[in-house]
Formats: sequence, C-alpha cells, structure tokens
Amino acid sequence: MQLRMGLALCLLFPALLAADQEPKKGRVIHLKPGPDAQREVQRALIRAKPDDVLELAAGTFEFNASLSLTVPNVTLRGQGMGKTILSFKKQDQGKEGLLVTADGFTAEDFTIVDSKGDGLKVNGARRVTFRRIEATWSEAAKETNGAYGLYPVQCKQVLIEECVASRASDAGIYVGQSQQIIIRRCQATENVAGIEVENSFDADVYDNEAVNNTGGILVFDLPDLPAKNGGRVRIFNNKVHANNHPNFAPKGNIVGTVPPGTGIMVMATDQVEVFKNKVQDHRTANLSVISYFMTQRPIQDKEYDPYPEGVYVHDNEFERGGYDPAGEMGMILAALLGKPLPDILYDGCVNPKKLVNGELPPELSLRLARNGSATFASLGYDRSPILQFMLRKPKIERDARRFEGEHPALKPVLLGSIP
Amino acid sequence: MAMRGFVVVTAFLLGVMAWGAQPHATHLAEGEPPEKLSAYALFAGDPRQQRPAAGVLKYDLTTPLFSDYTLKHRFIKLPPGTMIHYRDDGVFHFPVGTIIAKTFTYPHDQRRPQAGERLLETRLLIRKSEGWIGLPYLWNEAQTEAELDEVGGTVDVSWIHDDGQPRKNNYIIPNTNQCKGCHENQGVMEPIGPKARYLNRSGPGGVQNQLEHWHEAGALAGLPEKSKVPKTAVWNDPATGTLQERARVWLEINCAHCHNPRGPAMQSGLDLRLAQHEPAKYGVWKSPVAAGRGSGGRLYDIVPGEPDASIMVFRLESTEPGVKMPELPSRMVDAEGVKLIREWIASMPRGQPPAPGLGRQLELPPSGPWQVRALHKTR
Repeated sequence: MQLRMGLALCLLFPALLAADQEPKKGRVIHLKPGPDAQREVQRALIRAKPDDVLELAAGTFEFNASLSLTVPNVTLRGQGMGKTILSFKKQDQGKEGLLVTADGFTAEDFTIVDSKGDGLKVNGARRVTFRRIEATWSEAAKETNGAYGLYPVQCKQVLIEECVASRASDAGIYVGQSQQIIIRRCQATENVAGIEVENSFDADVYDNEAVNNTGGILVFDLPDLPAKNGGRVRIFNNKVHANNHPNFAPKGNIVGTVPPGTGIMVMATDQVEVFKNKVQDHRTANLSVISYFMTQRPIQDKEYDPYPEGVYVHDNEFERGGYDPAGEMGMILAALLGKPLPDILYDGCVNPKKLVNGELPPELSLRLARNGSATFASLGYDRSPILQFMLRKPKIERDARRFEGEHPALKPVLLGSIP
Repeated sequence: MAMRGFVVVTAFLLGVMAWGAQPHATHLAEGEPPEKLSAYALFAGDPRQQRPAAGVLKYDLTTPLFSDYTLKHRFIKLPPGTMIHYRDDGVFHFPVGTIIAKTFTYPHDQRRPQAGERLLETRLLIRKSEGWIGLPYLWNEAQTEAELDEVGGTVDVSWIHDDGQPRKNNYIIPNTNQCKGCHENQGVMEPIGPKARYLNRSGPGGVQNQLEHWHEAGALAGLPEKSKVPKTAVWNDPATGTLQERARVWLEINCAHCHNPRGPAMQSGLDLRLAQHEPAKYGVWKSPVAAGRGSGGRLYDIVPGEPDASIMVFRLESTEPGVKMPELPSRMVDAEGVKLIREWIASMPRGQPPAPGLGRQLELPPSGPWQVRALHKTR
C-alpha cells in the first residue's frame, strides 16, 4: 500500500524521481596499501556513509579476511585493473573477497585476486555496477579456485561492463536469480563458464568476448532455487571462440556437466534470443539448446520448468563446431549423432502437456533464421535415462526446416538511470 | 505558488512516512555508543565472574550455537518498567532500549570452568527505535574492561580441553558487518536465540524454568500455560529428543539464520529451519548450486545413509575458508555436532534419487560399445 502511494507520488511529481537519481556528492576517502590494510579498509567500509567514494591507491592491498560492505550508495574505486590489486592470497577467514549487501554499489578500476571463494559478490541489492573490474586467480585454472569471479545474486538493475574474469572454477562473470541485467564489453577466459546468466529475467549480454573457457556463454535455469523459470535473455554481438578448456569444476556442481568445447549453451531458460554472435572453434558444439533433463539429475521441485521454450537463434555466424566432442555429454552426443556434431544442437525435449496436435505451439518452439551454413540436429529426447534412450534408436532430425522462422524480437533491457 | 506546492507535497510525504512508522520511546542514548562496556552496567562486581547486575536476566539456551568451544554468558537488560512480549514461534518482542549481551570465554580448563575463564568479547544487540544494532566489545588482557571495536579482530588462546589435552585457537571476533551476516535478514537485524523453544528450560543460578521465572519477575508478558510453550530437544541429550529432532535443532541454531527462505543463504535454496518439513528443502538429494569447491566432489547435500557422500558433512568437517560451514566466525570443527549429523544421515534409509531422477538407475556396463560413464552416481 505504501509502495503504491510512493508510485503514485512519483507519477504525480516526476521531479521527485529525477532528483533522486542525480549523483550526490559524498566524501572521498583515500586508502593506501600497507601492513594494516585489512583493518583500515574494513573500518572505512563500516564507517562509510551513503554517497561516499572510497578511493584505493595504486599498489597491492593484502588481506587475510573477507571484506564486507553494508552501507548503500558507496563507490569503491581503484586506479585501474592491474594497478590497484586486492590480493586475498593470505586469506584465512571468510569466503568471498568482498561481499556487498547494500543497494547502489559501484566498483570501478581494480583487480581482485586469489579469494578463497567468490571474488566480488553482491547479494540482494538494487543498482549494482561493476566497471573495469578484474577477478582472477594467480596460479592457474584449477578446481580449488573460487567458484565465481564477479557475482551479483538476487539483485535488480545490474550493470557489468568492461570487466575481465578468468580462472573461476565455476563462472567468471555470473549473474544469478536477478532482474534487469546488462553485461557488455567484458572478457572472460580460462573459466569453466565464461559468462553465465542463471535463473534471471531480462538480461542483455553483448559485445563480450569469451575465449578458452570450458563453455563460453551459458544461460541456465535450475531447480530448487527461490527464483526460477527465468527468461527474456538476449545474447548478441558477442565473440565466442575456442572455448575448449578442460572442465575443472569441482564435481557435484552443475557446471561440471558442461562439455569442453561449448560455445553458447541455453538450458531450460525461456525466451532467449541469440543473434549476431560469432561463434567458432568449439570441439563439442557451437550452440546447444537443451532441457535440464540432459543433466540426468533429479528434479524434486514441482514448480520448476525444465524445458527451454521460445528460443530464437538468428543471424549468427558459426564456424568449426563439433569436430571432437568431449565430456560425458559430448560422448553421448557423439554416440548418437556421429562426428562432427552440428553447430546447433537441440535436445528436442518438449513438455508433453503443452503439445497441440503433437506439436509445440509456435510461440514456444525453437526458431532458427539466417544462421548461414550452420548445421543442425535435434535429438527428440524424451526425458528417459540416456542409455535407454540411446538403445531405442531415437528419431534424430537433421533437417532444420521445421524450426525455421522468427519470434518477435525481445525488448532491450533498461536500467533506469544507467544508459 | 511553487512554495505552496512544495509544502503540500512535503506534508503528504510526511503523512505517508508517519503512517508506516512505529510508535517509539527512547530509553537508551541514541547516537554514538559508549566506548566502554562498563557504561552499560550489565555485571555485578568483578566482570570475570559474569554475574548479572540487579535487574539483569541471565539465561541459557536449550541448544546453543557452536563457537569454537567457547563458553557463553547471556544477559538481557530491559529498560525500567518494560516487559518482553511472548511469541510462540519467532523471536520475542523486546522493548526499545533492550540490551542483549553475550560474553564469549574460554575456561582455562574445560573440565572445571569454575576454575576461571579468559573473557574474549561481549557482543551486544541493542534494540534502538529504528531496529536492532550489533556491537562487539573486546576484553582487555587484564580482564577489567571491554572496549568497542567495530572492526573485530583475532585473539590467540589456549586451554585444556575436556579430554585433558591442551588446545589452542586463533579466535575470531567478528566485525559489525559480520554481526549482520548472521543477524540480518533482508536488511532487518534480529536476535537469534531468544525464542520460546530455546528458552523453555532451566536457567543459571538454580532457576527451574527461565520463562516462568521471567514471567513471575514481571519481565515477560503473555506467557501461555506450560503445555502450550514449545521446546526444542537438547542436541546432545538423547533423553530430550530423537536423533532426527536433535540433529535438526543443531542445524537450526547453527545454520538457519542464513539458511532460511529470507536469509543471506536463501540463494542456495537450502532451508535448515526446524519448521521446514520437506526433506528436499533441508538437503536430501539436493544438488548444490553455487557451492564451487565446497561440494568436495560430492553430488548431494544429503545422501541418505551415506554421510561420507553428503556435501553437508564435508563442509561441516572442513576448516578451509571457502569450503567450511558455517562460513564465519568459527574456525574449528564441532566434532560432537558433526558426529550427530553423521549419525542422523547414516540412520536414513538408503535409496535412489527421486523421480524423475534418472540417477543411479543409469549404471552402465563398465566397458562396452558406449564407453560412456554414468553422468550421475554417488560413491
């Protein structure tokens, strides 16, 4: 009720809304590296007031514990990626490098390295901006690295731009259970998943480069989570190439099932528009569109929708895909389809309850348009255990004509005051 | 004219704000908190004795949070003339100005705590008019005073454990943000322990039942008759509950402040509140989501009958940051607590992941034309 009143006020008096969005001037607090950096930086984060800028000098800040921020509208700014370095190599307390649980957080121009868990995590906030932030692990791409590099979860209005993420044992850039997301002009390398959007609504992922990850760009929807059945995700103008890195995710993690050599993978998410991407050199599949059933995991969540519906793939350039399928899923696919696997791989698993005369209604089905000479296969997968399915000599479709057509274009994501 | 418009809008805004505001009375100095703990006058005599000052209630919980084998002294100080209001389920309603204090200590010898303790910190939760705040006070070496330190820190401590062996720890005193890490749900800070089901027991100083005692002392309003007051099992006393009941209460007090549908770990989908009755939600056959290396290579939080295949046990047994649970602030493994969780999981009937779990039905021949391993199997 109060919310509605607030809304009515903003409609009546647009000036109130505009005033709220003008940048406000806070203090600038300068912080330098040194032996007491842990206490000094954490104290500054605790004592910060809304609209303050915490300015980190160039150099390496060494921390032995997680940092955390709970004050809204704070900016943490360094002097550039590789110039201001927040090192968690000696961390013996806490999981994340920096954990933020406050609205209006902006991080700019620094590197986070060697956190024990996730690099930079923002949980449950509105208006999150990461700009020119690097998250990485110094030694190698290995299983004991933290799960996520840049990790907003359960957030609204997320902007991640010109960031770099590498060597995360799950996803370099990962936005989960969030709404209104833009990820642009970022680079992801040597992660299990380069860029991942999971259980989220309204995301634009564009002008990014994903190279040498296990999977380049993933759009997933998973069960048993508070926010699920996500959709309206646009993946466009990205350069996704040679994501053939061995999968080094710790076992048990869902991303561990992603086969090396995956360009773009859409799993169980609805209304995903994949267009104008350049996707090439992936040993398993340039693009796969699959249901959650392909993971062969149980689904106990009755509200969960495991089918990808309304996926629209158009105007992409695919080259050199499926030449040497890898991973368990890749080997199963190779056994079914032979080599090379097609550029566009669809498990063809559809919700039997939604069929009309044996077909999915057009708005729910996969649509392909103008993807050059891309090859295609649909498995007609029917949710059964993979081995049973394989033994039944499944009906495989390689002719894409049934899927040719268009869906209405999704609308661009708008982040309010952020252009 | 413009001015008048502004006045109207402002008046309207104030009206909206006042409508949502709580009536409040200020009993405690709002503003900057005192630097010294003694300013709160919580203790009688030598603070090392941790005896409550007159009017301060000292209490225990049926099952406490594990904090690296520290002992805890818990106190509630109410503003004069006010009362706690009973609630069946959640945290009791405390009047503005309430101070809840918890002192963490190491007895020099766990077998004889009465022989003396090292005071480490006293954490305060103070009910201000705008809500609860958390403040850590660190005890000095002389054990005469504790001072506010919002950044927390670490203290090297050693003691004789209950097995007679010397033990040591680099004990973590959480900072004020980390207070919120456990006590804050969706931006609202709350105490964790003072709920009917945890307080319904005997108390320090020979008190038969804490709630009845408080009620009689005029500190607790609305206490229903005894049979209607909930009570949890005591985690390490089999006479008080079944294995499942004791394991679940241990999980609730140690984990559910984050692992609940509104808590900071809600994105994991794991709900460890006692009130959660769906096994899948408290971990049975639940796949991890963002566990990273915290999975330890295991596939499910709880694999019935197989503690060594369960992620929950792996994380509780770890001391490695990034893997261990709880994340903070403990460093040590609660060996007795983990033993309880192990026994509980071992007692569950073994089985298959539920349908449409395609899991272990998918045992493929070890070799053959497929040369494909099961995607999915437990150890």
